[in-house]
Amino acid sequence: MVSVKAKKLAPTDGMLSRHAAAPSASGWADAARASARARLSTVGAPQRRDEYWSFTNPTGFVSNEPAVSTPLAADEAASFADADALVLTFVDGVFDPAQSGDLAGEGLEIQTLADALSTDIHWAKDVFGVLEEAGQNPVPRELTMLNTAVATEGFVLRATQVVARPVRFNYVQTSATSDAVMRNLVKVDAGASLTILESGTIAARCNTVFEIDIADDGALHHVRTQGRDHDRQVFTAMFARLGARSTYKSFTLAMNGVLTRNEQVVEFTGDDAAAHVAGTCMGEGDFHNDDTVFVTHDAVNCESRQVFKKVLKSGATGVFQGKILVKKGAQKTDGYQISQGLLLDDEVNFLAKPELEIYADDVICSHGSTSGGLDETGLFYLLSRGVPRAAAQNMLVIAFMDEAVQEIADEAIADDVRGRIAGWLDRHSAG
Amino acid sequence: MMLDIKNLHVKLEEEDKVILKGVNLTVEAGKVHAIMGPNGSGKSTLSYVLAGRDGYEVTDGSASLSGADILDMEPEERASEGLFLAFQYPVEIPGVGNMTFLRTAVNAQRKARGEEELTAGEFLKVVREKAKSLKIDADMLKRPVNVGFSGGEKKRNEILQMAMLEPKMCILDETDSGLDVDAMKLVSEGVNALRDEGRAFLVITHYQRLLDHIKPDVVHIMANGRIVKTGGPELALEVEQNGYADILAEVA
Ligand SMILES: Nc1ncnc2c1ncn2[C@@H]1O[C@H](COP(=O)(O)OP(=O)(O)OP(=O)(O)O)[C@@H](O)[C@H]1O
Ligand SMILES: [Mg+2]
Repeated sequence: MVSVKAKKLAPTDGMLSRHAAAPSASGWADAARASARARLSTVGAPQRRDEYWSFTNPTGFVSNEPAVSTPLAADEAASFADADALVLTFVDGVFDPAQSGDLAGEGLEIQTLADALSTDIHWAKDVFGVLEEAGQNPVPRELTMLNTAVATEGFVLRATQVVARPVRFNYVQTSATSDAVMRNLVKVDAGASLTILESGTIAARCNTVFEIDIADDGALHHVRTQGRDHDRQVFTAMFARLGARSTYKSFTLAMNGVLTRNEQVVEFTGDDAAAHVAGTCMGEGDFHNDDTVFVTHDAVNCESRQVFKKVLKSGATGVFQGKILVKKGAQKTDGYQISQGLLLDDEVNFLAKPELEIYADDVICSHGSTSGGLDETGLFYLLSRGVPRAAAQNMLVIAFMDEAVQEIADEAIADDVRGRIAGWLDRHSAG
Repeated sequence: MMLDIKNLHVKLEEEDKVILKGVNLTVEAGKVHAIMGPNGSGKSTLSYVLAGRDGYEVTDGSASLSGADILDMEPEERASEGLFLAFQYPVEIPGVGNMTFLRTAVNAQRKARGEEELTAGEFLKVVREKAKSLKIDADMLKRPVNVGFSGGEKKRNEILQMAMLEPKMCILDETDSGLDVDAMKLVSEGVNALRDEGRAFLVITHYQRLLDHIKPDVVHIMANGRIVKTGGPELALEVEQNGYADILAEVA
């Protein structure tokens, strides 16, 4: 586990040089950025030989070469376009007020990141770089330090009551070499709740971090679809800190993508809270999709649930690294984790590393990981009704993915996600 | 002849286990045949082999539907040729709406037969009407295929599929199992409504109860991979009263 050999640091100038230094803001924000930069220099850039990167090659994220991904023609409406939401449009990772709604909402305080970080006294001080830094144990998450050091785009959101209208981050990519860094800070006050939706491809390469602080009895729902551009490179991290009786639910749909790494770092700090993180992806050929999840139970009677389902075809790779850490005293923990790969042929890889580390004695924790082909009984059932083989296989892919989609609480949102999946399958069977 | 099975021998593909050891069975159009027989005698296997499930190897014999050899056909082709199997254990398909599934199946079969596909409106009208007579409500139609259905609901859903697909040869594998008295009536009425000159049924069951509702023309007893006795409806009554011991002893 702990390497005694001193690690040779990989240089960070490549990834730093891609981004302009953030302009000076308030003293506390500048300090947080400087601290992140200093921390990054002591850990170096991520490299393949790090255990934390053993299944996914971080080179694309680290390189100073431009990442190139020509945006797909916009031939379908954005996900969740039907939902009545406060829309925040970003073009190539840059906020575009002209294509966005008024920055206001009932029970919602909203500011750009730049504005919030320039304010001398702001609650963001207790979140920005703070949750990120707390999440650097036991493995450094270098790309999130980079994010703290250089991010200037993004929003600072605070729910002061139950916010009925979701906030939707609407991403539009226009430049084939766009390289975006985004940082969002979210605070959910006691008893308040908020839904955040994200849709689309952010940029040819992106590094997006959310820091989310949920107070007692608060709830945050997060659902995103990450676009379907083949060559895009996506790194995201969600740091969530949960108060007593609070709820955090996050769901991700990813289709295609040469390199995607989605991290979730969840910590229970108050009793009786629940966190559900789920996702499903599908890709064929040059597709690499990694979910890395770390859940820390440091309170009593909390429930955590991880559900990840990956559909892989002809050369695709799916990765799941998921850990549940139950600290001493975190009794009555209920931890569940399942990761499954649906292997549509022999040319694919599903790499799963489920881990439990438990220091309390009165807990229920279970984890499972399976991989295999389409369900033969289901296939026969559908064929025996006269459903053509290709359509029957698609139905079974949908059935497989749906166990993750079912984790979405809102039925209309879940149906939107189902529509994306069906659309993808239609295009791919036709082609 | 609607269904004509001759000397059918079947073993498992993966192991050297022979399950069907020379089944001979003919079912005429317009008739209802029942198959009874002890557990493990090969009844479900026969229905699977006819429907084209993987994992079995036909080592000898033949099976034809309206004169066409079906054993070389894909399961979906057999379906569009008019074969239907109501499963002993219907399968759950999460995320796929019952309606979507049914409409895909109906239209795929119509297309394969060179018939006009049903529009969404036409389909809806027919499915609503048929669902109503089986007491399948709108919610069940909307839900994913068989997910969260009770045992009886699953069986009713099988009959709805059969009613929508209008097959020529219907095989029902223990459709009565798990049904309460009322559901048994509903299902039987569903089946009887489909009885027709051009359609035949092969009803696999352990109990006379179902045959009180769906009156068979012919009853077969299957044991150890063969049809060992064939008779009229009275044969089912005999099984009900005395079990299989006498019959098996008689043919041994
Ligand atoms: N895939 C299989 N693998 C192993 N054994 C099998 C398989 N399929 C069938 N068998 C065996 O073949 C025999 C016949 O099984 P089948 O299910 O056809 O019986 P059945 O007459 O339908 O019984 P029941 O009345 O209990 O439904 C049994 O001994 C069963 O265990
Ligand atoms: Mg059986």
